[in-house]
Parts: sequence; structure tokens; C-alpha cells
Amino acid sequence: MLLRHTPKEIKERKALTVNPAKTCQPIGAMYAALGIHGCLPHSHGSQGCCSYHRSTLTRHYKEPVMAGTSSFTEGSSVFGGQANLLASIQNIFTIYEPEIIAVHSTCLSETIGDDLKQIIEKAREDGKIPLGRHVIHCNTPSYVGSHITGYANMVKGAIDYFAESTGKKADRVNLISGWVEPSDMREIKRIASLMGANSILLPDTSDVVDSPQTGSFNMYPKGGTTIADMVASGDSKATLACGEWATKDAAIKLENKCKVPFEITDIPIGIQATDRFVTKLSKQAEVTIPESINNERGRLLDVITDMHQYLHGKRVALWGDPDQIIPMVEFLLDLDMKPVYIVSGTPGKRMANRLEELLSEKVPEAKYKNGELADMFLLHQWIKNEPVDLLIGNTYGKYISRDEQIPFLRMGFPIVDRIGHSYFPTVGYMGGLRIVEKILGLLMDKQDAECPETSFELVM
Amino acid sequence: MDTILKDRQKQILIKGKDQFQMECAKASLAGSVSQRACVFCGSRVVLYPIVDALHLIHGPVGCAAFTWDIRGSLSSGPQLHRLSFTTDLSENEVIFGGEKKLYKAVSELIDKHRPKAAFIYSTCIVGLIGDDVEAICKKISREKNIEVIPVQAPGFAGTKKDGYKVACDAIAQLVGMSKESKTRPNSINILGDFNLAGELWLLKDYYEQMGVEIVSTITGDGRVDDIKRSHTAALNLVQCSGSMIHLAKDMKEKYNIPFKRVSYFGIEDMSTALYEVARFFSNSEMIRKASVLVKNEINALLPALAPYKQKLAGKRAAIYVGGAFKAISLIKALRLIGMDTVIVGSQTGNKDDYLLMKELCDAGTVILDDSNPMELSKFVQEKQADILIGGVKERPIAYKMGLGFCDHNHERKEALAGYQGMINFAKEVYASVMSPVWQFTKPKSL
Repeated sequence: MLLRHTPKEIKERKALTVNPAKTCQPIGAMYAALGIHGCLPHSHGSQGCCSYHRSTLTRHYKEPVMAGTSSFTEGSSVFGGQANLLASIQNIFTIYEPEIIAVHSTCLSETIGDDLKQIIEKAREDGKIPLGRHVIHCNTPSYVGSHITGYANMVKGAIDYFAESTGKKADRVNLISGWVEPSDMREIKRIASLMGANSILLPDTSDVVDSPQTGSFNMYPKGGTTIADMVASGDSKATLACGEWATKDAAIKLENKCKVPFEITDIPIGIQATDRFVTKLSKQAEVTIPESINNERGRLLDVITDMHQYLHGKRVALWGDPDQIIPMVEFLLDLDMKPVYIVSGTPGKRMANRLEELLSEKVPEAKYKNGELADMFLLHQWIKNEPVDLLIGNTYGKYISRDEQIPFLRMGFPIVDRIGHSYFPTVGYMGGLRIVEKILGLLMDKQDAECPETSFELVM
Repeated sequence: MDTILKDRQKQILIKGKDQFQMECAKASLAGSVSQRACVFCGSRVVLYPIVDALHLIHGPVGCAAFTWDIRGSLSSGPQLHRLSFTTDLSENEVIFGGEKKLYKAVSELIDKHRPKAAFIYSTCIVGLIGDDVEAICKKISREKNIEVIPVQAPGFAGTKKDGYKVACDAIAQLVGMSKESKTRPNSINILGDFNLAGELWLLKDYYEQMGVEIVSTITGDGRVDDIKRSHTAALNLVQCSGSMIHLAKDMKEKYNIPFKRVSYFGIEDMSTALYEVARFFSNSEMIRKASVLVKNEINALLPALAPYKQKLAGKRAAIYVGGAFKAISLIKALRLIGMDTVIVGSQTGNKDDYLLMKELCDAGTVILDDSNPMELSKFVQEKQADILIGGVKERPIAYKMGLGFCDHNHERKEALAGYQGMINFAKEVYASVMSPVWQFTKPKSL
């Protein structure tokens, strides 16, 4: 029988991860670097890493994803990768002409102890970095954290390199985006602009990995945060960082370096997280919340009111990244649904704390685990013991969905078997509306398909 | 923009213009946006279709996460190979070593799944942190009484092609383990088909119709016990020579089994692959059956291809695939449906492959080794190709440029081998080249 390898009985595993609910740091650094304008991500390690990351991002976005690799050899693993990185920097600026090369390390270059900063310094001294071009970097050891950690490190690296303080504050706020889709980044900019908040978004993958079909291949699409904006971020009057795991380090860096005060908020998924985002942004930017935003909120509430009877008490299993899961769990609770099982491969005690706060009273039976051995296999076992009505997470849930006949809402990374995530946001009130529409569609389609004829209804 | 790096000039050749010999099998230039992968990747894709073996990846999580069920190698039985098992090494183990974790993980897995054999892949840092994977495999092998085979596949040790050799060495450890020793009459092993979209099943059916016994399929829909007795076959058929030629040579040396290089793409190569086997066994009944089969298939196929050929006549194709042997078959297959190949390249071809490509192509065709997106897009534009045939990373580049695409790699959804595969190929190429979407997107200059 297809894929039926998950037994109901849960045995404690000590060492083995089965069907991981995370991947490694470098791909996060690559994705974040794509959100910088004119930037070519560069993987300092073996060729395979770069190839896997590009393939995975390509499958997720159905877009070309460009990145260079230091193409390590046996020699580099013995003598270090300095020569490879120096040659890479020279070759990349000669042929691909990016404005910026964003170098990230890999498990290999970390373990052999390559010092990226020193190598880049040497490239500069040797004249391998043309005037007006830049090489930024971050360390992304694959054996620490997860893809989210890599994203956080690259965002921090960009700020560390570019942000400057002239001592004169500008009437502007920085928005640091957690790991979300280009559609979400576009939506965050739309909300800020509706509010009249002058802002800089970093990183910004909209118009990069959702670029239009024009009949020509462009290595550096028009989107991405510009150098000018990254430099100017040091003079902004405040920073709003969305998603603790992916953005906190960068926000702290910016405060330390340029004295830009920051606030951390959740990625604005659902009513309350969006409320907090909008309120904080209005305070930081010193703007009022316009009628148009209130109307969007009202429309979302209206739909929930209309349909709440179909949502009540439905049990949900979720997996993915803490920054997305936390506001999503809060939203599900507001929809009167029950998030009962949650796993994330991304470590961090804060996740359990936040979930405890959200769930202990409302869903005391909820099970959640993150970090080591929190994998899709465990999630499936929990579901086998007591089923759920809905699955929410990345494509890897499709095995469970098929095996257990459970409706499945795709959210998170990667989604390699459906489209839509690039174009339709899940953040903000309108994003919330899309989530509700999708959930209802899934639950009601199942009801229509499976209910006995006697209770098959035309009007729902 | 200076699109071609100086050091790459000898890896790009235009037929009728350049006379030099291709420089290939070269390490990629550091910094190039190469479409190539690594040793681990090569070993993993080759071994993965052995469906009743356990595949555990020892290293940080990424290598397991990125190779979880990505290859459409179909199984007629067990699906164990489609799960992702990893030791998910963390900082602690990088400092103190991962041996204990590996030992526990493999033991747990074997107890639970009782597989026929286990492959333990070591990724980049395993050697560097000093884990003795070989010793652990031996220990578990003794304790559990199954073959636990270390696959030493640090990414930096070469390209994907070097990984194929690593995989072949791992498989070679199983070959000959069964006690049978007598060569089976009229029997073959099928090497180097990975049963993407069920292609292997088509081939098996053809050979069985001819009265040929198939001892093992390595590795598509592969079984450990079949591999163990694969030394009893009379002939090895090797497709995708890049990946499996090492094993064929090894089996020739150890067991004196001759091998033949074949390709199953396009009707010429497919028919040759059937006739060669029949001729090898010098069996007149088999030759008769082969010719009946070929005749029937071609008689059914040609009229079915005709309408596609009519529409596709004169359209131009660009080929950029992993293996050169595949590229060569594709040139012929495209010609059969009236199309010209204007660009052809591979990630891992050797000198002879490129000579053969040069021979097959028309003057003006661009031949590429280890290319990159910039070069590909430059030549595609210059040569005004209508379709690109490639893999996952090439697809969106083709689409962005407003030309069709056919996946001839892991993500093919229809069988492209054999006679049935030829009609599927024609349909797929037709659907993409003739899609109405291009009327909106194709730039006027093309």
C-alpha cells in the first residue's frame, strides 16, 4: 500500500529523524538574498548544496533562481575554500555583473573553518571587487537551527553591511519581513502605503520570484530592496520586525549599529496579529489607521460571522515555521477551530511558551513539539491516534492527507505541487479572508463529496 | 555583457566553425551558476530506486530534506524509499562526533522496517568530524544480519558523475551475494534505467515478449535480492552510460558478463536495443520475435506520429540534459518528428560523446559542456529555439524567454522511453511548442 509506513503506536526515538519538518540554513540565506535588488546569492560549499537550493526554490516559485557556488573540491576541503571564494568573486563580477554578491557558508565550509569575512577582505585588497559593487556575507552552519535561522542570518548580514546612520532621523520606518511569500511582501507594502506610512521593506522578494512573463530572461528582476534603501534604513525613526525567529537579530543589529529603536511583532496572519501589526505601524509611523483598512477588517469579520457554524470545533494539525504557526494558531482559535497538533523542526523554547499561552485554556488537549525529532512522522502518528479535520502546512503533508483522507490547506515552504502562494497573500485582513475562504472550501467540498444523499444540501 | 567566461571557451563548440576538441569532464569554474550537482546527489539518485532497501542520510538535515521523494522512480511494491530518514546532525555532534547517533538511528530503523539491505550515505562533513561510518556499518551488519553498506558521498569529492561511481561501488557489494552461480540462458540485467514514470515496465514487457529473462533491474524498481543474483545474467544492458558503466565494467571483470550500451529513446535506438540483445544470444526465434515486435510497434507508431511531425516540421530545439547519451538519443528522436536540434549540451559528457553529437548535428549547431543559464539563454535567443529540453532548473528560464519546455529529467510525468514513450514525447513537445500562450508572450524579434 502506498506510503503506509506510519504505525499508530508511538515509540520514543532517540536519534532518528523521519520526514523532517525543516531544512538547513543555507536555503534561507539564499531566499533572503533574493529579496535584495541586483543581488546574486552565493553558496560557499560543494556544488550540490547550491543545486538543491535552487531546485527547491524553483519548484516552489516556478521561477528561475540564480545563485553561484564555490564548487568545493577535495583540495578545498583540505586546504580551505579561500581560493575558491576569491576566484568566485572575480568570476561573478566579470560575467554576471551583480551589484551585490551575498555569500553564505555551508556545513562544509563552517566545519573546515573558512573565515568569510577575512576572505572577502582579501578579495577587496586584491582588487577583485569593482568600485561600487559589494560582497556581503553571513554564516549559515547547516547543523544549527533551520532554514529560518539562515534567513535571519542573511537579513542581519545585509543590515550589518549596509545600514548607515547620518545622525539625522528621517520620517520613515523599517519593516523587516519574516519568511513569507512575495505576495505577502507586496501586501505588507500595500497596507503601509494605504496607511500613508513611509517605509522601507527588507528583504522584498516581490517582483523577483513572481516576475512577469516578458519574453526575456532577466537574471536580476526589477524587485528587491535597493542598496540606497538598505543604507537609509539606519536613519529610519523605528523598525517593525515581523516574526521573531526570522527578524529579531536584524532588528537588534540595526538598533545597536544605528540607534533605530525596534519592536517585534508576529507576521500579520489573522485578525489579532494584523491588528497588532497595523497598530504598531501606526504608532511608529505616526499615522492614523484609515477607513479603508478598517473596512477590510470588517469584511473579514463579516465572512467569519456568516460562516462560523462550519468552522466551530474543527480539529486542525499544523506544521512549518514558528513565525507562521504562532499567528496561525491564534487565528484558528479566533475562528473557533481547534489546533490540536503542531510540529516544527525549527528549534527555540519561545515557540512552546507562545503556544502554551495560546492553547492551555482553549485547547488543553493540544500536543506540540519543535526542534529535534519534531518531524512529520510524529505528527502523522498523533493523527493516527486521533484524527483531525484539516491539515495546514507545506507540500509534505500530502502523504498524510492521502493516507488519512484529510482535507489539506497548503501554506508555508516548500509548496511544490500547487500554485497560488506567490500571488495571493495570507497576511493582512485580506490574506485572512483568503485563508477562511480556502478552509471553508476544503471542509465544505469534503462534506458535499462524502455526506449521505439524504443530508446533501444545495444551500450551505 | 561578456557572457562566456574565458576559461569556458573550450567547452562551447559550433559545428562547422570550431575544430578544437571539447574540454570536458572538468570541474566547474568556481563562481559559475552551474547547473551541476555533487557526489552525494549522484549517489542518491542512483541508489534511491532500490525500493526494499533502507536509505539513511548521515549529516545535517538539508541533504535528506532536499532528496525526499524527488525522483519519480516508481515501485511496483515497497514504498520505503520514498520516506526521508536522517540523523539530522546538530552542533553537538559536529563537535563530539555523530557515531552514537548513527548507530542508534540505523538500529532503530532496521528493527522497525526489516529492510533487505541498508545504504548509509555520508555527506560533506561526516569524514571531517571523524565518524568511522564503515566500522559502524560493519558492526550493525553483524548484529542485524543484513547488509549495511556505507556510501561515502561527501559532496566536495567531485561532481554528480563521481557520485554515480560511488553508487556503483555500493551496488557491487551486493552483486554476487546469492549462492546461485550458473549463468541463466537468454537472461539480462537492465542497468541505468530508473523507472521514471514507469518506463522500465515498458522495456521489461518488450524483452519478455522476445523471450528474454530479466534477472535484475538496476536500479529502477530495484530489489536487493535480484541484485544479489544479478551475476547470473548472461548480458548487461547499460543505459545512461554515465551512471552505470562502472558497474557494468566491474561485473565484466569479476563475473565475465559482457555489456552493451543502449538507449531506449526514439524508435531507432529502441529498436537497436532490442535487436542487439536478440543478436547477442544468436537465437533465431528471438530475432524473429524482435522483428515482429519492432514492426508492429513502428507500424502503429508512425501514423500516430505523422500529425505531430507535420505541425512540428522545421521547429528548432535546444537540448541541455545531465547525461550525454540521452542528448544523443534526443537529437535522433527530434529529427523523427521533423525538428532540428540547434543547441545540444550536457552536464557530464565525455570527449567521445561530444564527437558523436558533432557528427549527428547539422552545421551551426552549438554544442555545450557544463553550461549555465546566461550561456543557455544567449544561445537560445541567437538560435531562435522553439523548445528547450532539460531539467528542473532550466524549465522556468525557457518559459521566461517565451519558448516551450519538455522535462527529460526527474520530473517527467509521462514515460518517454520505448515506442509508447516516443508518442508521449511527440505529444508533450507538440503541446508545449504549439501552446496558444506563446502568441501573447513571444517577443516580436523571435
